[in-house]
Amino acid sequence: MSKLVLGLITGLIFGVLLQKGRVTKYPVIVGQFLLRDFTVMKTMLTAIVVGGVGVYTLRAFGLATLHVKPAQLAAVTAGGLIFGVGMVVLGYCPGTGIAAAAEGKIDAMIGVAGMFVGAIVYAALYGFFSNTILTWYDLGPVTLPQLAHLPAAVILAALAIGAALFFRQLGRWEKRSFKR
Amino acid sequence: MRFLRMKSWSPYAVGAFIGILSWFAFFSADNPIGVSTSIVRTVGMMAETVAPDYVSTNAYFAKFTPAVDWEWMLVAGLALGAFVSSRLSGDKPAEPVEYPWRARFGPSRTKRYLAAFAGGVVLIFGARLAGGCTSGHGISGSLQLALSGWLFFASVFVSGILTAFLLFGREGARD
Repeated sequence: MSKLVLGLITGLIFGVLLQKGRVTKYPVIVGQFLLRDFTVMKTMLTAIVVGGVGVYTLRAFGLATLHVKPAQLAAVTAGGLIFGVGMVVLGYCPGTGIAAAAEGKIDAMIGVAGMFVGAIVYAALYGFFSNTILTWYDLGPVTLPQLAHLPAAVILAALAIGAALFFRQLGRWEKRSFKR
Repeated sequence: MRFLRMKSWSPYAVGAFIGILSWFAFFSADNPIGVSTSIVRTVGMMAETVAPDYVSTNAYFAKFTPAVDWEWMLVAGLALGAFVSSRLSGDKPAEPVEYPWRARFGPSRTKRYLAAFAGGVVLIFGARLAGGCTSGHGISGSLQLALSGWLFFASVFVSGILTAFLLFGREGARD
């Protein structure tokens, strides 16, 4: 099958999942950062654990290669901090914003228009950034197993256990706050 | 296909399916799932129609050529999937100005739309500086156990929580 068709199919399923997962909803996204609604965290952590186990297994059988983005510590930290402000003010991230716009939410459509402008602004400034912040503290495409000198399986197992314990605590806390 | 008519699924189930979808993306197309690069390509394609010389000489558009690729089709599919899912379940869009914005800043649409626009600008600027967004760094990067993915995840939550409490106050955290 052509790669473009594969992309469309993958996206179609992704769109259905985000919509059914309610992460395309403004109060759900903002609620996560106000620590009232943990839908985003539950979805992301589960995806990371399930995805990580599968992708590393595929890789062990030679069926997948990793595509690790460089750890440009300064740019990733600054970009993430800026992104967090944008995500709360808009109330969506890029993927969920496009999905919410497709659902018919006008604030999300306007947000997507803003995203286009943001991309133009960044493209105009890229020449400057590529010689400055993008080169600062660039460790290259490193992974946690490489940094910790541990097998990926150990890190994935620790992550799975950590997520399970976190979800259990979260469940208890949610039960208590619903009773109130 | 009754499950497609449901308005919502458990976040754990959705997360697990996104994880499995990642296996499919790596296996079938040798690509991690990501979204924000396609916004750069789209803007490049739009800018090409008005300022082709600018686009052809800009280093960023040379890096991410304005063309349709696997990830661009993924984003097109994402919009289609979200649309179909919402229509199948009859999940109508909520009122334009939602809680907690409404509780803090009132029902003005203009105010909310201006903020949404500014938020979108800031959001993509941050994503491109970091080299990815919630999907590319947050999910795909973190599941590959990339340092960059986890650093992005942590940075977004730190600034997101600070912004949310500054913007909506402690009142926003209550009903």
